[in-house]
Amino acid sequence: MSELFQDLVVQMLIGISTGLILALVASGLTLIFGIMDVVNFAHGELFMLGAYMGWVFFTMTGSFWLGLAAAGLCVFVFGLIMQRSALRSLIGSDPLTTILATFGISLVLQTAAIWIWGPTVRRVGAALTGHIVVFHLQFPVYRFMVAVLSLAIIAGLWLFMHRGRFGLWIRATTQDRQMALAMGIPVPLVHTVVFGIGAAMAAISGYLYAPILGVDPTMGVNNILRAFIIVVVGGMGNLWGSVLAAVFIGVLEALAVIWVSPALAVIFSFAALIVTLLVRPTGLFVAVPR
Amino acid sequence: MTGARSAEKPGFWIAFLVVVAVLAVAPLWFPNSFWQRLLTEVLILGLLAMSSDLLIGYVGMVSFGHALFFGTGCYGAAYALMWTESPLALWLALLLGLVGAAVMGIFVAFYSTRLRDIYFSITTLVFAQIFWVIVFTWTDVTGGENGLVFSPPRLSFLGLFAAEFTTMSMHWFVLAVVAMCYVFCRRVTQSPFGKVLQAIRENEPRTRAIGYNVERHKMGMVMLSALVAGLSGALYGIFNAYAAPDYFFFLQSGETVIYNVLGGIGTLIGPVLGAGVFVLLKELFSTYWSPEYYLIPVGLLFTAMVIYMPQGLLGFLRHKLNT
Repeated sequence: MSELFQDLVVQMLIGISTGLILALVASGLTLIFGIMDVVNFAHGELFMLGAYMGWVFFTMTGSFWLGLAAAGLCVFVFGLIMQRSALRSLIGSDPLTTILATFGISLVLQTAAIWIWGPTVRRVGAALTGHIVVFHLQFPVYRFMVAVLSLAIIAGLWLFMHRGRFGLWIRATTQDRQMALAMGIPVPLVHTVVFGIGAAMAAISGYLYAPILGVDPTMGVNNILRAFIIVVVGGMGNLWGSVLAAVFIGVLEALAVIWVSPALAVIFSFAALIVTLLVRPTGLFVAVPR
Repeated sequence: MTGARSAEKPGFWIAFLVVVAVLAVAPLWFPNSFWQRLLTEVLILGLLAMSSDLLIGYVGMVSFGHALFFGTGCYGAAYALMWTESPLALWLALLLGLVGAAVMGIFVAFYSTRLRDIYFSITTLVFAQIFWVIVFTWTDVTGGENGLVFSPPRLSFLGLFAAEFTTMSMHWFVLAVVAMCYVFCRRVTQSPFGKVLQAIRENEPRTRAIGYNVERHKMGMVMLSALVAGLSGALYGIFNAYAAPDYFFFLQSGETVIYNVLGGIGTLIGPVLGAGVFVLLKELFSTYWSPEYYLIPVGLLFTAMVIYMPQGLLGFLRHKLNT
């Protein structure tokens, strides 16, 4: 019995840390959806691109932190370009059109990644190795660091949105695009920058994930589904809802792994999605349904 | 656009017969069976795209999980053909494929009434992907990664006149099924039932206010779409004598959507054209560049078409001809 308890504790902690990494992807996704009604199917590929960018700089410099900065910066710029060149003209049109457009981009990026880097799994060394002891159990320090870092980034995003002028612009644009435009807010610029921020968060998430599972061209596809589930469970456009849902899904899948194979654990997430859609389609973690 | 007339003009039937005749006869002059089989494959994938168009073009619901119906249809046919070799096997395979797709269709239809827009897209995508995982991992029943290999059935008419399939007779059989499905789907979209669905696409609250049962109409169309997709999957299984987990994969669903956008949404025949263009581009880039990376140029083309030519090839041509 105590062995089961040990498993439970360890899997719980693993679930929380995985969930917080995914929260970075999901909160970027939900932020972009909230402000410009774009469901970014290419978000998983931005996640994958971040991991590759980080890997490139990591192998070049040998520094984990330089890799992290490079991943965030490169994909931020890439996000700006992507929004400016492809998506800006689609804002305001049918959300399905943007799904199709971003889906096309995701196909191109994924195939391009296979073309450039090949299908082999690349390794990134963790910044912190070693284990800490929780209830007499070994637990990797790296996962703790990642969890704290992810939370810090999301908290930073929240502060950015609630302190200072640009955050005010973002919130105003989210509430009412037309009115924001009338008030003199440069809405297209806000859109582009928010897309860049969302892309950078996905990239950082991908890079943080890299030491755990490695970097390969399909990592985006594999994780974007989970991110979509999280966003729906947390409520589209709801930042903290996404974070809670991410931890929830992370823990759910980690606990499921005790009994079923990791590949089948995703079925539990799907069950969570079904229940959410049946019970509260606006999201499980929405305080006041609109 | 289409479906504005309740009765067909004679011009439609003439055009229809000419196209079917050309498609039936043209492969006889093809240099080898590779190109003949390619045309058959286009027709089957076109049927899949047509089923998806029933939802995208006529109800405004984009399914990102049509691979689910396609795959179930294919595996249904596979199980039938592994189980029996009677002269009726062909028809049993089609039937079992349809039954499989119908079971999946019931589930998706149930959800379609509760989910709109992106929620429908995401749920169909996730649901199809779940089944891909199951098919991929449950090796005992589904053959896992290797899929199922079986011997193709014999062509027969209700168990009589059984004969082995040749490349050409397979092509004619597929063509006949696809042509009948096209006429049937066109009839449905022009029927009062189809008109109500188009009204739902344009303005759902208003359609509801007029007194139509929106839920029942949506469920009916999802079921029909699932059945047609399942039929195409069963045909594909019979055609290849092979069922692979890849048929359930997200990429299959994605390509189905691409066929629609390339050819033209809401035209039924456009998606078949789109499938043809896609397969041709795929062959072209595979031959002259690389079979692995054809999605880079095709994906770029697709994205550009979504942004600059959302009415698709057929819509574009029609616009050009009219002005």
